[in-house]
Amino acid sequence: MIFTLILGFVLLLIGIYGMLSQRNLIKIIIGFSIADTGIHIIIVSIGYLRNRTAPILNSAVDISKAVQQVVDPIPSALVLTAIVIGLAVTALMLSFVVELYKKRKSLSIDDYQELKW
Amino acid sequence: MIKKTLVLIAIVGLLMVFWPLMSNFEFSQNLSELASNYVRGSVNELNTQNVVTSVIVTYRGLDTLGEVTVLFLATVGIGFLLGKRKGKKRPASELLQTTSSFLFALIVLFGVYIFTHGHLTPGGGFQGGVVIATAFLLLMLSDVNMKFNHTILQIVESFSGAFYIVIGIVGLVLTIGFLSAEIIPLGEFGKLISAGAIPIIYSFIGLKVGSELTNIIDTMRGE
Amino acid sequence: MISVIMIVVLGVIMIVAGIIALHLKNLLAAIITAGTISLLASVIYLILGSPDVAMTEASIGSGLTTIIFLYALNKVQKEDKND
Repeated sequence: MIFTLILGFVLLLIGIYGMLSQRNLIKIIIGFSIADTGIHIIIVSIGYLRNRTAPILNSAVDISKAVQQVVDPIPSALVLTAIVIGLAVTALMLSFVVELYKKRKSLSIDDYQELKW
Repeated sequence: MIKKTLVLIAIVGLLMVFWPLMSNFEFSQNLSELASNYVRGSVNELNTQNVVTSVIVTYRGLDTLGEVTVLFLATVGIGFLLGKRKGKKRPASELLQTTSSFLFALIVLFGVYIFTHGHLTPGGGFQGGVVIATAFLLLMLSDVNMKFNHTILQIVESFSGAFYIVIGIVGLVLTIGFLSAEIIPLGEFGKLISAGAIPIIYSFIGLKVGSELTNIIDTMRGE
Repeated sequence: MISVIMIVVLGVIMIVAGIIALHLKNLLAAIITAGTISLLASVIYLILGSPDVAMTEASIGSGLTTIIFLYALNKVQKEDKND
């Protein structure tokens, strides 16, 4: 569906803008999670086919004609995997933030400049 | 000021990259050859109602194994970064304490239902594991000074991971294929005991994901 | 038709929530707003015909991710009090 594709791209751009423009470390991770949601919506909407049901072959679907009645199952499987990994990566990033805060007592990314150039 | 301009230029550049992709995108009217094969195979080869489950557990089983490994590595990383700390907090309200002791068993039961019915209804190991982790989160919220026995969590986690790989290797020994579902008779289409090894593999994934996420939450909570 | 209207309304709410989440000065409110985006995204997955993804997003994306963000924020603020 074209609307969800546009929505996904807009969320991706908002997330990237947040990652680039924010100075607070937790805000940067929030931007990352928004971009993550946007990418998932893009992938799922590519697999959508008009007037079809979910890829679950119960009594609602005529099994002999299942290929003409269900949406694409592969993007669903990919996104399912990506969401779980997204959680793990977000948790790892947040634990890095907590460790950094213990060292420098600051959440601003401007305070973490070891190099001049 | 320079930074803001650079950020805006980057966003406009990305927009220009994505725009042709979006405006010229053509939605297909039919399933691709690969997806059609998966849907047909799910009925004819695996007796699985939920096609997404058969893709995750069997057709792309190796990817799922890699994903579980990534989850495990992230758990290890978080445990390594955040050591244990001491500190007392104020106890939770009585309402939360009473409700959570009543709801805990029900939520765990619901999680087990989700991952044992993964081949019939929406859901599966990952969702069921998350629901189980939520039950433990409720316990943590109701009793703030509670200590978890990490040894049990680690035993559950490592044994379910090991059995997952053992099932995969059994498929190799029987020369069917790594992580194949056909090592067990496939049963009748649409029944609870069907789809060969898929419910067993998904239950192990559910236990593994549940114990890993509980571990992550407990580490992030800090003792 | 009804699904298109739902997607447009939900999409506008999600985009506004995304912009608000990046502009709020209060970190707690920003985290909750970002959780709302995931919750509404799960409804969109349901309309797009993938209930498996909707379940995962509702439980992981809006539930556990928000909880982990809040615990991390709590840890950072506790560090402040200790000194």
